[in-house]
Amino acid sequence: MNLGPHAAFILAAYAAAIIVIGGLIAWVTLDHRAQKRLLGELDSQGVRRRSTAAVKEPA
Amino acid sequence: MALINLANPTRFLTLAERVLPWLIAATVFAFAVGLTQALFLAPDDYQQGATVKIMFIHVPFAWLAMMCWGVMTIASLGTLIWRHPLADVAAKAAAPIGAAFTFLCLFTGSLWGRPMWGTYWVWDARLTSVLVMFIMYLGVIALWRTVDEPASAGRAAAILTLVGALNLPIIKFSVDWWNTLHQPASVLRLDGPAIHPAILVPLLSMAIAFTLLFFTLHLAAMRNEILRRRVRSLLMLQAQRASA
Repeated sequence: MNLGPHAAFILAAYAAAIIVIGGLIAWVTLDHRAQKRLLGELDSQGVRRRSTAAVKEPA
Repeated sequence: MALINLANPTRFLTLAERVLPWLIAATVFAFAVGLTQALFLAPDDYQQGATVKIMFIHVPFAWLAMMCWGVMTIASLGTLIWRHPLADVAAKAAAPIGAAFTFLCLFTGSLWGRPMWGTYWVWDARLTSVLVMFIMYLGVIALWRTVDEPASAGRAAAILTLVGALNLPIIKFSVDWWNTLHQPASVLRLDGPAIHPAILVPLLSMAIAFTLLFFTLHLAAMRNEILRRRVRSLLMLQAQRASA
């Protein structure tokens, strides 16, 4: 693949796309893990939604 | 599953968990096809040479930047008119993705402009109106972060989004209404695309791949936002119990 005399501009454009989209994917993935961890911590402390609590602690 | 059932966040989460793996697989496949066409099969342009490869990412970023604001606009109508419980979740989740695509549109356009136009930037109507959209994306994100209560933040952000939607036709028709350095529309034209199929097909393949990427990221970000709101309500419940 010959990118010609403007190869630096083409490579910089694709590199920026990879970095920013990689950042978006990392943000979504890490945020999901963080929210699941927080929900798990609250659940272990007995703080849970009424619907969940009703299932876990039947009367 | 009826569409109205998706108004229930729990049902939406179940659906998202089922759909996401398929959406991810479709996105990876679409990028494999699109990048192969764009980087290895598409010929160089007879005038622009290999820099036409920047177009294969720049144009989809521009389309998706506008489409994402369109999604936020529909979601804002859902917040203000129908008070759909997932509407402001959809709007909030879309904003950072749209901002990223708009930034990439501006950045890759600048890198394409330097060798083709002789300048990284010019204050013409198309470039300036897209820059205004980028600033409005940052404004919407800032608004969400400023107001703690999601419902209040949602209504304020929805109004700002609807105001920003006025910019969409300005961006689209700026190249027709004013004399700009940016070229006029080449694909979405009443008389058909003005691009040779050898370059048009890879461009459309990349556009499909980026559109799938947008829907994948948006669905995942919506799922995260629903979980974040659950965490918030549980923390408030915990604080109420502690103070009782």
